[in-house]
Parts: sequence; structure tokens; C-alpha cells
Amino acid sequence: MGHAFCADRKVRDMDIAQLLAKLHADYADSIEQPEMGLDMPSGRVDVTRIDAVCRLLKEDPDLRFDFLTDLCGVDHHPATPRFEVVYHLHSLSLRYRLRLKCRVDTDQEVPTVTSVWSTANWHERETYDMYGIRFHGHPDLRRIYLWDEFDGFPLRKDYPLRGYQDDYNPFGEPPATS
Amino acid sequence: MTEINVLQETTSDDGLSREMLLNLGPQHPSTHGVLRVVLKLDGERITGVDTIIGYLHRGTEKLAEDFTYTQVIPLTDRLDYLCQPSNNLAYALSVERLLGIEAPPRAQYIRVMMAELARISGHLLITGALPMDLGAMTVLLYVMREREMVMDLFEMATGARMHSSYCRVGGIRQDLPDGFVERARDFCDVFPKRIKDYEQLVAKNRVFLKRTVGVGVINAAEAVDLGLSGPNLRASGVDWDLRRDEPYEIYQELNFEVIGREGGDCYDRWWCRVEEMRQSVRIIEQCLDQMPDGPTQVDDPGIAFPPPKVKVQESMEALIHHFQLAAYGFKVPRGEAYVGTEAPKGELGFYLISDGTEKPFRVKIRAPSFVNLQALGMLVNRGYLADMIAMIGSLDPVMAEVDK
Repeated sequence: MGHAFCADRKVRDMDIAQLLAKLHADYADSIEQPEMGLDMPSGRVDVTRIDAVCRLLKEDPDLRFDFLTDLCGVDHHPATPRFEVVYHLHSLSLRYRLRLKCRVDTDQEVPTVTSVWSTANWHERETYDMYGIRFHGHPDLRRIYLWDEFDGFPLRKDYPLRGYQDDYNPFGEPPATS
Repeated sequence: MTEINVLQETTSDDGLSREMLLNLGPQHPSTHGVLRVVLKLDGERITGVDTIIGYLHRGTEKLAEDFTYTQVIPLTDRLDYLCQPSNNLAYALSVERLLGIEAPPRAQYIRVMMAELARISGHLLITGALPMDLGAMTVLLYVMREREMVMDLFEMATGARMHSSYCRVGGIRQDLPDGFVERARDFCDVFPKRIKDYEQLVAKNRVFLKRTVGVGVINAAEAVDLGLSGPNLRASGVDWDLRRDEPYEIYQELNFEVIGREGGDCYDRWWCRVEEMRQSVRIIEQCLDQMPDGPTQVDDPGIAFPPPKVKVQESMEALIHHFQLAAYGFKVPRGEAYVGTEAPKGELGFYLISDGTEKPFRVKIRAPSFVNLQALGMLVNRGYLADMIAMIGSLDPVMAEVDK
């Protein structure tokens, strides 16, 4: 097995400190305060620029973040801005991981990264399904787990654990509107 | 398959052409669970596909936010229910990363050994189920016999065949029982011969080859773009295995090969899994040889659960302590951590955010089956209806993990 994705794995000439230095130097205006976390470097990105930053990180020959491991939402209710979208990037050839976080306000749309990594498609649908965060430019933004008529976004912190009471769910909370 | 909707019917010089909508699943044996696929067909050719999931959605992530860190462990059993110990391990590792602790060496060896047994259990099923979907029933019956041996080992060590919940944060629940090592060695002696049997039954079977070789090809660039992981990625020629490349636990002290193929078709994906089982046997044997004696839980009474039973029965303080741990759990410092592990299906990662309390603020499960299944939509668009069954099988999704 000698593929382009793994051929130069052993020639990683930067360690984490150098990766951070590079992020500080070349991405100072797009990634705020990149720093090493418990597991991997992590930084904040302005949500309106996330797709452009992701594309740059993927195409940078020194970084090559070609693999999107995970994309998820986080709800910080009642803080504002309320949501956070977290991207876990991975460079298979250079063995870097990087976490990008965007603050997203209610009703704010996030530019999709499906054009950068097609795997983002289902991740973004899941984030929409669970948090109601909309992704601008997504080819097919539908609910993925729940049915289309479902009311509410279950992973939001103000959504009750047992759901709302209806014909099928006698143990739920009384509906919020009444 | 229930009803067929004819969308469009045209007659041309070539004959009658019909575009049909065909519903496959969610109650169909070849979809390996409650997967529903709505297919647009032109004759036998697939022109469009809509993968519909969520029939098994249980809200694991929501539930986890209301559970203590120890209570989440049984929830992880129910993700990939063929390979529970590796799910437990991935979760325990993430919490340990947040706490900044490590399990003692003996516990690490036992966890790795159980995770590899789980890999065998998961791969065995697909070794038999993919040929069965394609009409070769026999091999499934053989793999079930060996899977029973793995189940017996699970039962012996954990008391449960399926939902073992064996790992704890900072170790494992209890040490291995007497006789386990011998029995595991027996299994390691017998099993490689049995793998040969499976290969003899199907690996060169002409029908099986016709149905899988060159079917559902994913090249390396597509596989990376789609975020595939595990055997699905390695079968496409990407040499990537977290056990070797980001070693966790004691994997760097073990010798094993990373199995890969170049072709990226259904046969390669199946073949990778069969070969990986041989490597798993190697790993288990090394674990049995090298396993040191010692404690199986971290030396921190604030975290290690359950506390020794003898003490609980003798001392009032220990009883109160046990109650505290069981009812309220332990606090985890504020922070966030993602730990990815090489689970049988691919990269299984837990992204945990802690707000400093006994319950996780956010648990995000990076479920490999969920990501792998997404490739179906792309694969199927190129094939015949009959090939789709092979594609679903070769991607090896477990719907409980897809739906979380």
C-alpha cells in the first residue's frame, strides 16, 4: 500500500508546536487564539468565514486537512450567542488534528462545508435536526433522524428530556405553549 | 419490498422504459436492521437513491446529558451492539482524558484484549452475513458457531453476553475470572483454522466473486472525502489505522499488521475484515502473554467504581462512599476532549464537554457506521438493484450505531 495519502506520513517535519506557530503566523486573521487543548489544538473561527477557512486548511500543502472527522452543534442556552458549531479536522497524511469552533446566534445561518468535504452532508443534517442550526448552501437540508413533522429540536437545552406530551407520549412535559 | 410506483412510462424503439420508485426496508433482512432505502429505478438500473435512517433513534446523546459519567457506559453498549467492549473503551478513554488519568497496565491489557475480541465478534458477523445476502447461506452458520465462543468469553468475564458494560472510567469492573486465560488461549488456537474454513467456503466461490469483485468501487480520494474509516477506508488503499497511527492504551507495545487492499470494491472490504480477524488473534495472544499482574482500577477512591465489596460490607464510611459514587457520581473538571479509537466499524470517537459537574454537558458520538453509510448514496447510483444488497453488506453498517 503506497498511496498518496500515506506515502509521506513519516516525513512529518512539524510537531504540534510548529503547527501552532504556523496557525499563528499564516492564519492569524482567520483562526483566533489557536492553542493546545487536552487532545488537539483548538481555535475559534468567525462563522461567516468558516467555509473559506476550511478550504484554505484543506488546500494548504503544509497542513492538508483532507478528512473531516466530525461536525457537531453545542447549545449554551441561555448564554448568547446561543450555539456553537464544532469541526474536528484531521490530516491523514500528516497526522494532525485540529478543532475549529464557531459561535452561532439563534437564526444565524452557517455556511456549509459540504463543498470542501462531502462527508459534511449528513453531519450538517444531523446538526440541523438536533439543534435547528441552518446551513446556508447545503444541498439537501432535511431532518435526518426525526420525521419531517417533528416539532422542536431535541438536543437543545430547553427541550425536556422526556419530550412534550401528546397522544404517543403520555409521560412528556405539558406543551410549552399552553 | 412492498409496492412499486411507476413514475414515468415511455415507449421508444428500444422497447418499453419505465422509471419506478421502489421502497426497500425498513423491515428487510438484507438491510441489516432498520435501514430504509427509496430507489429510483430505470429497469434494473438505479438512477436515484434516498437513504432514510432514524428508525432506531433513541436520543443517546440527550440521555447522556442527564446521566452521570458512569451511567453513560451502558448507553454506549447499545451503539454497536456487536462490539460493546470497544464502545465502552472509547468512552472511558475520553473521560479519562478529561480527568487526566490512565488505567493501570493490567486493565489496559484486558481492555485491549476485550476490544479485539469484540472486533472478531463484529467482523465474524459480516463475514457470514455478506455471503448470506448474496445467497450463500452456509458460512453464516459457521461464523455463528465461532461467535458463540466469543460470546462465552464475554459472559465469563463480564456476566453478560451482549451488553457487557465492562469498562469503567479508570479501569474495568472486575478482574478476569479463573480459567479465562486458558479458555481464551483455546479460542486463539482454534480460530485461525476456522478462518481458513470460511475462506474455503466463499473466498473463491465463483458466484460470490461475480457478485462482489468490481462492485461498488470507491477510490482512495472518494473514501477520504466521504470520511470513511476502518476497513472501508483501508480497502480503498488508504493506509490508516488509529491503533498504529495514534496508539492508545498499550497498542504500541503490540505487533500487528494493518490490513489493506487497493481495489476498494465489495470483495476488498469483505477480505480486509477476514484478514483483520487474524491480526486480532495475534493481538489477543500477545495480550495474554504480556499481561502483568496488578490492580485493574485506578488508585483513586473518588473515581474507581465500584469500591471493593468487602470494605462496603465492613465499614460505614465505605458504604456512604459507595452510595455517593453510585447516586451522584464524580465530578469531572471543566474542559473538552475528543478521543478517537479504531473500533471494528471505523473511527469511533467521543467528543465530551464537561462543565465541571457530575454529568457531561455534551456528548457527541462520532459513529463510524453513520459516516460510512453515507457512502451508499454515492455508490448505488452506479449499479444494478442486485448489487445494492452487496454494497449495504460490504459497508457493514450497524443501525443502532447509525441512529444513535
